[in-house]
Amino acid sequence: MERNTISVLVNDQPGVLQRVSGLFGRRGFNIESITVGQSEEAGLSRMVIVTLGDDDQLEQIEKQLYKLIDVIKVVDLSAKPMVARELALIKVKAEPSERPEIMGVVETFRASVVDIGSTSLLVQVVGDTQKIDAMIELLKPYGIRELSRTGVTAMIRGNVQ
Amino acid sequence: MMTQIPEMRSTEELREKWKTPEVITGSEILLRSLVLEGVDTVFGYPGGAVLYIYDALYGFNDFKHVLTRHEQGAIHAADGYARASGKTGVCIATSGPGATNLVTGIATAYMDSVPLVVITGNVFSSLIGTDAFQEADITGITMPITKHSYLVRNVEDLPRIIHEAFHIASTGRKGPVLIDIPKDVSAAKTLFTPVTSVNLRGYNPRTVPNKLQLDKLVRAISEAERPIIIAGGGVIYSGAHEEMCEFVKRTEIPITTTLLGLGVFPSGDDLWMGMPGMHGTYTANNAIQQCDLLINIGARFDDRVTGKLDGFAPKAKIVHIDIDPAEIGKNISPDIPIVGDVKTVLEMLNPEVKRASNADAWRAQIAQWKVDKPLRYTDSDIELKPQWVIELINDTTKGEAIVTTDVGQHQMWAAQYYKFNHPRSWVTSGGLGTMGFGLPSAIGAQMAYPERLVVSINGDGGMQMCSQELAICAIHNIPVKIVVLNNEVLGMVRQWQNLIYEKRYSYTDLAGSPNFVKLAEAYGVKGILATTKEEARAAWQEALETPGPVLVEFRVSKDENVYPMVTQGSTIDQMLMGDE
Repeated sequence: MERNTISVLVNDQPGVLQRVSGLFGRRGFNIESITVGQSEEAGLSRMVIVTLGDDDQLEQIEKQLYKLIDVIKVVDLSAKPMVARELALIKVKAEPSERPEIMGVVETFRASVVDIGSTSLLVQVVGDTQKIDAMIELLKPYGIRELSRTGVTAMIRGNVQ
Repeated sequence: MMTQIPEMRSTEELREKWKTPEVITGSEILLRSLVLEGVDTVFGYPGGAVLYIYDALYGFNDFKHVLTRHEQGAIHAADGYARASGKTGVCIATSGPGATNLVTGIATAYMDSVPLVVITGNVFSSLIGTDAFQEADITGITMPITKHSYLVRNVEDLPRIIHEAFHIASTGRKGPVLIDIPKDVSAAKTLFTPVTSVNLRGYNPRTVPNKLQLDKLVRAISEAERPIIIAGGGVIYSGAHEEMCEFVKRTEIPITTTLLGLGVFPSGDDLWMGMPGMHGTYTANNAIQQCDLLINIGARFDDRVTGKLDGFAPKAKIVHIDIDPAEIGKNISPDIPIVGDVKTVLEMLNPEVKRASNADAWRAQIAQWKVDKPLRYTDSDIELKPQWVIELINDTTKGEAIVTTDVGQHQMWAAQYYKFNHPRSWVTSGGLGTMGFGLPSAIGAQMAYPERLVVSINGDGGMQMCSQELAICAIHNIPVKIVVLNNEVLGMVRQWQNLIYEKRYSYTDLAGSPNFVKLAEAYGVKGILATTKEEARAAWQEALETPGPVLVEFRVSKDENVYPMVTQGSTIDQMLMGDE
């Protein structure tokens, strides 16, 4: 089982997310994360889906996706050098006395504090999945009150599209 | 005679007439667009959300509308029409329950790649999402069982959507497309200009195959010692049966045709091995297991064909020709994958291929199997055997009828004992296995070919799932010959209980079924009962000689099983032959 990241260019139509996620569900393909947003072209959205599976399954996913009329293009990003990023917001318990220590962790990870409450800090971190996992591990001892991750968005490096 | 319908105006005439843009309602746009797509018959059932559409249909004579007695009847009829004619079938239903009653029919068509355009009404746009009366999210419900679907939001989009729907349904791997039209959209007016082109970036079915793969196949044929062909429904759907016959004639490779492929190759030919799979012939199944080259043309390696996947065709180099790239490698990874339209592929292959010259011993082996292990059953003089009835139908119609079936034992016996010689003469629900399909699909097939003999073969179970459509046969005098093989049980399920579940016949006794002859008569359809061979011959002859619809009930043996049978989880050469 490998972790694959695929990019799916779709018509920005009502129901298109349902078509894609429904396909994954009924064919037994796993979705680890899915992100959707505008693409470079008006009227088209880009989905980035992280899925676990072997090569045969990945091939089936691509072929089945292409059967959807609203799917324009499917690219297996993880087959090429890519940049993959996600963003996490972490609300961590922080009494005033603990703040400097937590700030130290935040700075090391080039993350930032975007809000301060009387007994908490809201940390924003951007990076690949491993970096965010590591950040979360380090903040756990202080007490994570709330965690929200965007899921991965990604792109191939260099000039290729 | 069929109900008199005024002379229809030609599509060309109307196209000319409607060329000038005109402000009309969404309902009128729908009707005109259907005519312009070449639709001549629509099956439907009205309701609140399609009142505007049905109002526009009042007095509209440019295609026939057949009012069925259940939406399921309408969609199976459209399906039968499409399978028999090759054209796209069309049906209309209202919102909510009307639409959900179509679901089984949509899934039936989807599994067997049948082109349909399904029109549903929906509640007013302003009410969608409010759980309004008779509201159902039919595009959501049918997403997994349609090739594509549309919820029309603006009447201006309607001409484009209808044209796209017909294009999508009838090209590539065919399938059902649903158009959901809210009531306000069917009432709204706009300037109608017919749409004649499609622009779908995400839809470009590949029809021309990769030449390198074809070359590999040509070489493989020349080297093969034990080649076979499995031909499926894709050959019929691409209109390639002549090219298919040519291919077999040139290569002299033995051919087996799947349930949906029956009719692509004349069943009397020496090279034809019958049907493969769970109830396939000894010859076809052994040929698959022992072949060294398996050429799959337009079939999808369904589990009913392959049996235990691991042990399927263990010695074979596998070639898979299919228009749908996703079928290739889905169940079986082929050595030579060929994506393309079967007709195009065979047209390119035929000039290149030669007789498989290393395969003479193999041909002899297959001929020997056919002699040693033909399909057989033990006949009786005391009770009617269902296989005997199918043979009677075959003998008297000489394999020239259009045969539709329901699902179960009678379906398998019809597949085994009716000898097909032509494509599009066999209408059966293969993938979904839908009971209730037999009668309405026959009505559709007969509407497509008013002059041909259409025989609908049913069991006593399935006959009761859409028997209300007997009304349509009577009203329009649709001359379908309806066969009911009545064994008073749910035969196929009972067969499994008999063989695998230790004869624990749980809820498969259908006692309490109606008197089918009287049921037919209640609708105004002639009914005849036959319990002996003598009666059966006479009843069937009378049915054939009667101009209108006739139902013949044959009381047949209850304990007859379909053989050969491959039980689930076995390789397909592990057959129960019925004489163990």
